Amino acid sequence: MTAAKIIINEIKGYHQFVKFLIVLVALGALASLVRFVFGLGITTNLNDTFPWGLWISFDVVTAVPLAAGAFTLGAIVHCFHIKKLEPLVRPAIVTGFLGYSLVCAGLLLDLGQPQRCWHTMVYWNPHSPMFEVSMCIAAYTTVLFLEFLSPVCEKFGYHVPLRLLRTIEMPLVIAAASISTLHQSSLGTFFLIAVDKLHSLWYNPLLPLLFWVSAMCAGISIIIVEATMSHKWMGQPDESELLETLAKILPYVLTGYLTIKLFSLFALTEGPLFDRPGLVVLFAVEVLGGVVAPLVMLMNGNVREDNRLRSTAAWLVISGVILNRFNVSMFGMEAPGTLYYPSFIESVVTIGIIAAHILFFVLIAKYFPIFEHHPETVDYSIPDSFHKTDKGQVAPGAVASKA
Amino acid sequence: MSEITTDYSKNKAFLIDMTKCTGCRGCQVACKQWNQLDAEKTEFFTGEGYQNPPLMSEHTFTRIKFRDYQKNGQNEFAFYKEMCMHCNEPACASVCPVGAFKKTKEGPVTYDAKRCIGCRFCMVACPFGVPKYEWSKALPLVRKCTGCYSRIKEGQKPACATTCPAAITYGNRGDLIKEASKRIASRPEKYLKKLYGEEEAGGTSVIYLTALPFDELGFKHVTKRPLPSYTWQALRLVPGIFLTVGGSLSLLSWFTHRKERLKKEAEQRDASGNAPKEES
Repeated sequence: MTAAKIIINEIKGYHQFVKFLIVLVALGALASLVRFVFGLGITTNLNDTFPWGLWISFDVVTAVPLAAGAFTLGAIVHCFHIKKLEPLVRPAIVTGFLGYSLVCAGLLLDLGQPQRCWHTMVYWNPHSPMFEVSMCIAAYTTVLFLEFLSPVCEKFGYHVPLRLLRTIEMPLVIAAASISTLHQSSLGTFFLIAVDKLHSLWYNPLLPLLFWVSAMCAGISIIIVEATMSHKWMGQPDESELLETLAKILPYVLTGYLTIKLFSLFALTEGPLFDRPGLVVLFAVEVLGGVVAPLVMLMNGNVREDNRLRSTAAWLVISGVILNRFNVSMFGMEAPGTLYYPSFIESVVTIGIIAAHILFFVLIAKYFPIFEHHPETVDYSIPDSFHKTDKGQVAPGAVASKA
Repeated sequence: MSEITTDYSKNKAFLIDMTKCTGCRGCQVACKQWNQLDAEKTEFFTGEGYQNPPLMSEHTFTRIKFRDYQKNGQNEFAFYKEMCMHCNEPACASVCPVGAFKKTKEGPVTYDAKRCIGCRFCMVACPFGVPKYEWSKALPLVRKCTGCYSRIKEGQKPACATTCPAAITYGNRGDLIKEASKRIASRPEKYLKKLYGEEEAGGTSVIYLTALPFDELGFKHVTKRPLPSYTWQALRLVPGIFLTVGGSLSLLSWFTHRKERLKKEAEQRDASGNAPKEES
């Protein structure tokens, strides 16, 4: 059989849902091609008064906090040394790596001159939050890639790079947390320049801090949802005991977030708050449904122990963060009397990006040791020869992946 | 941005006296000619009033806005020349990730199309809504009034100021503010006692004198604080935060790892009774 045939047969064996995802990704790719042929003006609903739309609001401003699980969990496990959560780190890193790669893809689509994206690396402007975020995203995607190499090397039994990656593990975790702190918050700094444009319900000088803290909430919740779903749908091991621990950490972060949010709303906001009823409703849904409700739920031990309720609470947090990012970057930015809604092409591209994320995650989890990772069982010693070792001869850990 | 306040009084600036504007739109034509901008298909009354084109765009860097009003039972026109304000501390220059915008020492804020990556942050940031995008192109760039920087360097006045028969005075910003105050003082019944652009967005190189209140003419209400300071108050903390987070996490992990190592060594000692072995 030729390689192509093997691949086709492999794809034929996939679940219906995976095939459906492949179709969505293909449609998204096609739609992005249309954008490059016909230009942004025709394919999107953007214009001079509303220059940033769905691709910035979702693909960048929302996708980045949704990929925050990697740095949050990395810091919890390795720096705060809550070692028992380690089996969750890998899925989080894969999600993060995929998320950031797709953020880069979305950003390139949205740029007018994507072929010049390297200009940010050459023509520095440290006064620009965009410069800072693009540097951080480039650095962090590299870090995530290095962290992602571990399961790849394990899969193929490459011992030398594995040892090297093991050595730089801690520096990578610390770099990940510090770089993430910078760009998660700087995404909020973006909107500090929109004085008199962003509505006062969201505009306040602490916006960067709020973005950072809510990114951690989103990161933890994504891990909970992801582990619950991959246990249910993909037959991956049940980690509910670990998720309970995470669900215990989450209310603390949520409380911190709520405190800063209320403080900045009442003490630091300058403009009128209740002049636009639609926005007040959006704000209320965001805070009550996305912060207060899950906080109350997770303070209850029964909710934390129940798989379904726990992941419902996590879903609420995620929806709250998504709504918050849309409120800041889209709804709150719309001048009274104007209305932006994404065009067909914009929506197809974004759906394709979401589908790509799920698809790649499912495929990576299928072929690489992501969930079965138990670090104590991996053999990091250098074998006699530097060659790829046979599976039968390697210490049990490296093979555990296949089990 | 920085704490040092620069002196902008020697910057070249426009004083636009809207009471002297007749709405001839010579400035629009001159701007199109000098910058070689395409004509736009126009229709009457597509915008807010008797004005064309309806909005500034990639093809229109300046335009005269018309406003109908009644005075002593008579229908009157008031005008407003829309253009880049050439801020003293421009928001567009501060947010541009590649530094494509530059506040020149002469005064105009210029744009380097060769650097621009087309991210449109300048359009989000500009409080006056000046930078416009080439929406019709597959690989678009930003367009805006450059204050005819190429003419200024040769000692000439901008195209619009050269053409304007009455309303635009071009000169040093400091002198123009004095001149404007003098005009207000000599004809207090004619002018609104405020200058738009003296303090808006921290001061601009375009200063307006009007008879009608600014918001009635379509002037945007803009903060008096220079816009770059809003983001800089957060961004200036970036290196400190990076070192603090990185440093404290490194310390924390060193402590937690040391604690675990000591615990392991103690366990080993207990188990074997031998001297502790090095464990990583």
